[in-house]
Amino acid sequence: MTGKVVTIASGKGGVGKTTSVANISVALASHGQKVTCIDGDIGLRNLDVVLGLENRIVYDLVDVIEGRCRLRQAMIRDKRLPELYLIPAAQTRDKTAISPSDMVRLCDELRQEVDWIIIDSPAGIERGFKNAIAAADRVLVMTNPEVSAVRDADRVIGLLEAEEKGPAALVINRYDPAMVRRGDMLSVEDVLDLLAVELIGIIPEDENVIVASNRGQPLALDGKSKAGQAFQNISRRLMGEQVPYMEFDSQNLLQRLLGRKK
Amino acid sequence: MMSFLFGRKKSANSAKERLQLVLIHDRTDLSPAELDSLKDDLIETISRHIDIDPTAVTITVAQDGRSQRLVADIPLRNVGRRRGH
Repeated sequence: MTGKVVTIASGKGGVGKTTSVANISVALASHGQKVTCIDGDIGLRNLDVVLGLENRIVYDLVDVIEGRCRLRQAMIRDKRLPELYLIPAAQTRDKTAISPSDMVRLCDELRQEVDWIIIDSPAGIERGFKNAIAAADRVLVMTNPEVSAVRDADRVIGLLEAEEKGPAALVINRYDPAMVRRGDMLSVEDVLDLLAVELIGIIPEDENVIVASNRGQPLALDGKSKAGQAFQNISRRLMGEQVPYMEFDSQNLLQRLLGRKK
Repeated sequence: MMSFLFGRKKSANSAKERLQLVLIHDRTDLSPAELDSLKDDLIETISRHIDIDPTAVTITVAQDGRSQRLVADIPLRNVGRRRGH
């Protein structure tokens, strides 16, 4: 087995990286894939609560890297799915506790065990980000249709190119079609024009995201909500399927998106 | 005209226009002031070799996907005919 490493990064904090890592991992696992997600945000652990696995932590990422436990012991199994595991971040350490080469070594070992390794990068472009992308085969850059998030996404995309981790694939989160129609939110096309990267997902604004995180039950588990479906679509695109983009009741969004492809 | 009558233009348009400028400067690490000083240097150097109209020179950063190119438009002064011997 040679697992693929996918890192989700954004530059700006609060755009929805952790939620996306949780949901994309759940969605991949629901398609029968063997998945491990890693919380790369050392000192600000969160992927565990979003997944509802916070009470099951014994060992963490730094414990594995520093040799206090075996890899298997730090992989918390999510019992709702056949093959989904979480390696939580350490909460009482900081980003300097691990290095990019530690991450490469860890992921090389994990690749033998699972199909997918999904890494949640911390915000920022420093050590934590460098650790998170070191082993990545693919990086998804997450943004919101909003000036500061788009600007930071551009910075991250540029850094990924410089580190030869490109081309990045873009996820636009918290998309509000009604605001776009009123001319009060950047459209998907606007964001793609500005950032000039490939698109891999559009996640509509959906209050179910907060309800799901309140309960620790990722949306993609049931897949009824719009956002849950959007995460399912991203996971299928990662697996190489051609999945059409959602309609968001603006009839020609799909046509416009297809139209702009080369 | 509509935007004049009904208030300001759509905020998404402002966002896009502002971002276009900001991203050029972020990507090239070139501020408007630095671009101006580059323009002055260019005018000075080129003027040493050929007669140009310094007021008509424009220097812009053009986008081509994720790469940028510096585009200089430098109109030459009409010399009329070749300088006589």
